[in-house]
Amino acid sequence: MALALVLVPLAFAAAAAAMPSQKWRPWLLPACGTVHLALTILALGRPDVAAIGGWLKLDDLGRLVLAVVSVLFFACSLYAPSYLALRTERSNRVFVPCLLVFLAMTSLIVESQHLGLMWVAIEATTLACAPLLHFNHHARSIEATWKYLLIGSVGVALALLGTFFLAYAALRAGLGSSLFFADLVREAPRLSRPWLHAAFVLLFVGYGTKMGLAPMHTWKPDAYGEAPGIVGTLLAGALTSCAFLALLRFFQIAAAGGEAEFARQLMIGIGLFSMAVAGVFMARQRDYKRMLAYSSVEHMGILVLGIGIGGLGVFGSLLHLVNNAVTKGVMFLSAGNIHRAYGSKSTEDVRGALRRLPFSGALFLAGFFAVTGSPPFAPFLSEFTIVRAAMTQGHAVVGALFLVMLAIVFIGMGGAVLAVVQGEPPEHEPEGFRDRLGTVAPIALLMAIVVLLGVYVPPSVGALVSNAAAFVEGRR
Amino acid sequence: MQVAADPLLVVLLLVNFFLLGTSRLRALISGSASQGALLALLVLSVHGGITLQAALIALATIALKTIVIPAMLTRALRDAAIHREIEPVIGFVPSLLLGGLGTGLSLVFARTLPLAPEHAGSLLVPASLATAFTGFLLLATRRKAITQVVGYLALENGVFVMGLTLVEAMPLFVEIGVLLDLVVAIFVMGIIIEHISREFSSIDTTRLSSLKE
Repeated sequence: MALALVLVPLAFAAAAAAMPSQKWRPWLLPACGTVHLALTILALGRPDVAAIGGWLKLDDLGRLVLAVVSVLFFACSLYAPSYLALRTERSNRVFVPCLLVFLAMTSLIVESQHLGLMWVAIEATTLACAPLLHFNHHARSIEATWKYLLIGSVGVALALLGTFFLAYAALRAGLGSSLFFADLVREAPRLSRPWLHAAFVLLFVGYGTKMGLAPMHTWKPDAYGEAPGIVGTLLAGALTSCAFLALLRFFQIAAAGGEAEFARQLMIGIGLFSMAVAGVFMARQRDYKRMLAYSSVEHMGILVLGIGIGGLGVFGSLLHLVNNAVTKGVMFLSAGNIHRAYGSKSTEDVRGALRRLPFSGALFLAGFFAVTGSPPFAPFLSEFTIVRAAMTQGHAVVGALFLVMLAIVFIGMGGAVLAVVQGEPPEHEPEGFRDRLGTVAPIALLMAIVVLLGVYVPPSVGALVSNAAAFVEGRR
Repeated sequence: MQVAADPLLVVLLLVNFFLLGTSRLRALISGSASQGALLALLVLSVHGGITLQAALIALATIALKTIVIPAMLTRALRDAAIHREIEPVIGFVPSLLLGGLGTGLSLVFARTLPLAPEHAGSLLVPASLATAFTGFLLLATRRKAITQVVGYLALENGVFVMGLTLVEAMPLFVEIGVLLDLVVAIFVMGIIIEHISREFSSIDTTRLSSLKE
């Protein structure tokens, strides 16, 4: 089971690479997405999923992130055939296999119990994403891909150095340096403190770069701005969640080793800084896809902030991980539709999306309200939980700053979104794109999840999140 | 066994300075290739003899870092028809001075970290940090895409040297996985460099400037 979650997408990727037909290849995506989702549901129902002598094991945090990744990929895979049918001028011979390899590697990250193996899988996602970002093959997409590759690789190299530092700390403590997560958490109190400290800083910078926390976020607007909608969704929803999972693994080790206070301070500081940077750059953003990238920076800030506050904040942060991923899916896919219909990403050219694309425009608008934390949508619930945690756990100033940033982001983002959806559409129609079932239904599915989680959290989802929170806090 | 490693590490540090000081891209690639060979020798020296694992890793290192990657970079260089790094953000002499400063700081910083008895007095940790810093400097201050790739390689080499302190701990296939990821990364970067030179008729990354706030 644990192995199948990784090998099935890889097998599909091999099949996609071997398949000659440009027209039928994209249909492997929904096939694989369905199988993967079914495997995920089966795995979540089992108490113990492990393989290769404990190298792969689905723990409580892994279960949550796996569920998020699988649902998000499923929605994207439903969207993909209709999207790729519109892009017949581009070969999808590399694009489709890379998407499937991406799914395999994210599953591997989630299941890895060996930190070296996890590193290999994270680096592999960086590489699988490069051809995805480069799909459009124009000058701007090359620039975005280059920046993404270089900054991402350097970040991941620093994370490897941090992983080695951690292993050295274990070696120094006479533990025969193992890189198994459970061993390190158990033996953390005996680890050498200076090495642990240095390791956590390097790992935070490294995997923080992959998550896109400010000030390591500079690749994000370029990459998300140039990426096709599906790729943007998977980067902003799935990959960032996996990088966050990696960060949480090291947070747990650091906390068990007595560095909790330092780690929490760092996370609160970087979290607030990310939100502030996002607010500033969103305020005068004229490119609505880049705007979504800054929104992602903001939400990554919220995730680490919740962990930094601790207690109820951890629960809020993990609930927000789910909500952020699903909401980002709505935003990126509907923005992709609007981009197709207008042939422009600038708020100066795009007007009246509600008229030209009634469904995509409405979903984009609803997604905006959801992503900025308005009730009754799901992110409201998780952001409210984090604020409550801040206020009741002695971080009143942090809570107040958090609310101020949310307001700034709401105003900044609102200007751009309303400019896009309202008004009269311009006369000329560059590509004649219209809403179709295939390009709207997957977004509506994600939106339905956002609304459902906003008004009622099903007990199964609640248990998934609270188990993961208990696991992160070392209570499970 | 550490005694044999230290002279190799000193040569590694000298190659760092060579990388920082040269303006000829071909020399830069040769420097990077020689670092690969040094790393392979280091693997054998630190493992204390020729075990199967050491031999495999040393061979893979030589094959990738001394032969495959330099060959790919040389090809990219020939296709783009350029020879020199022009106008780095920080001049060659200042970057040499910065490199010297970084190496000194690495030595000081490594002293503050408690080392295991078998590594006390060895240059492994400071050399690792200094090499990673050199890579960082090249990445941040040079404009040609190829120089940036060499910088990334030096950064990786620094991390690799740190990994040598952990020879007992790292399973073979993780180490090979790391090397494999590296070569794929360089391969993908090579492809992108080709696209850059075709699209912009240059591999000067300062031309990559249409995306900014």
